[in-house]
Amino acid sequence: MTHLPYVIGSYMLFARLALGLVVSTSLRLRLAARRLRAIDPRAQDLP
Amino acid sequence: MDATTAIPARRAPGRSLHRFANPGRFLRLAARVQPFLTWPALLLTAAGLLGGLFLSPADYQQGDAVRIMYVHVPAAWLASSGYAALAAASFVSIVWRHPLADLAAAEIGPVGAAVTALCLATGSLWGRPMWGAWWVWDARLTSVLVLFFLYIGHTMLVRAFDDPERGYRAGAILALIGAVDLPIIKYSVNWWNTLHQPASITLTGAPTISGSLLWPLGLSTLGITLGFWAIVVARLRAAVMERRIRGLLSARAAAA
Repeated sequence: MTHLPYVIGSYMLFARLALGLVVSTSLRLRLAARRLRAIDPRAQDLP
Repeated sequence: MDATTAIPARRAPGRSLHRFANPGRFLRLAARVQPFLTWPALLLTAAGLLGGLFLSPADYQQGDAVRIMYVHVPAAWLASSGYAALAAASFVSIVWRHPLADLAAAEIGPVGAAVTALCLATGSLWGRPMWGAWWVWDARLTSVLVLFFLYIGHTMLVRAFDDPERGYRAGAILALIGAVDLPIIKYSVNWWNTLHQPASITLTGAPTISGSLLWPLGLSTLGITLGFWAIVVARLRAAVMERRIRGLLSARAAAA
């Protein structure tokens, strides 16, 4: 009996979780940087 | 002797840590560090997981199910080491009142909960073909489930107060008390008779798994660990900016 469905399920879970974390973190970081620049123009040097 | 001259010249560790409490300095440093975490994380994780899927052999007893190890073991390692970092940040927060330590603990929490959930889910997917059960109330599995609840509890507690400082304080106390679960997780397989196997890789002895299975495991563990910290650093940068936005808005409201 093959165990590949369990293996593929594990890798897909990892991919789904990693993608979710990367996308949500990236959006949050961009939004925070944009809001900070809008409020405080001196924050232009901030990344 | 004058009382002021009796103060030792040596700087306390907390004092040097406070150099990074300046948000601008921290953000510049974190932005420089970020690519050195993100790109190696992507490359090493891809190499480790693809190597584990296509290049490493199936185990002579477990067959292809052993490939779950390349996701499960890094997740398990990060669940414990992430909580150790959360507890360390909480300790720094309580002892030295470092403002970044509060934010670091708050940002490690949700990422740690996610990797612990991944560890439990992949463990379940590994357990079904090997043990014939999705879940057993084994000491290792149960102590990791407790760790997951500690992460969730910490994440909710730090966000449960109107005054963020009270939330950070309560979360730090919970994190330090919860750290007692870490040695229980580590030694559960030695202290009790468990279905879960003992450690295959230890600091004191040679690994008990073949080198052909070990190299993808090393790459994926290193890559996923770097990825974990890349996400934590990015979340911490966002949290520092959000705190600064709140401060600026409060100052404007007070001045108006």
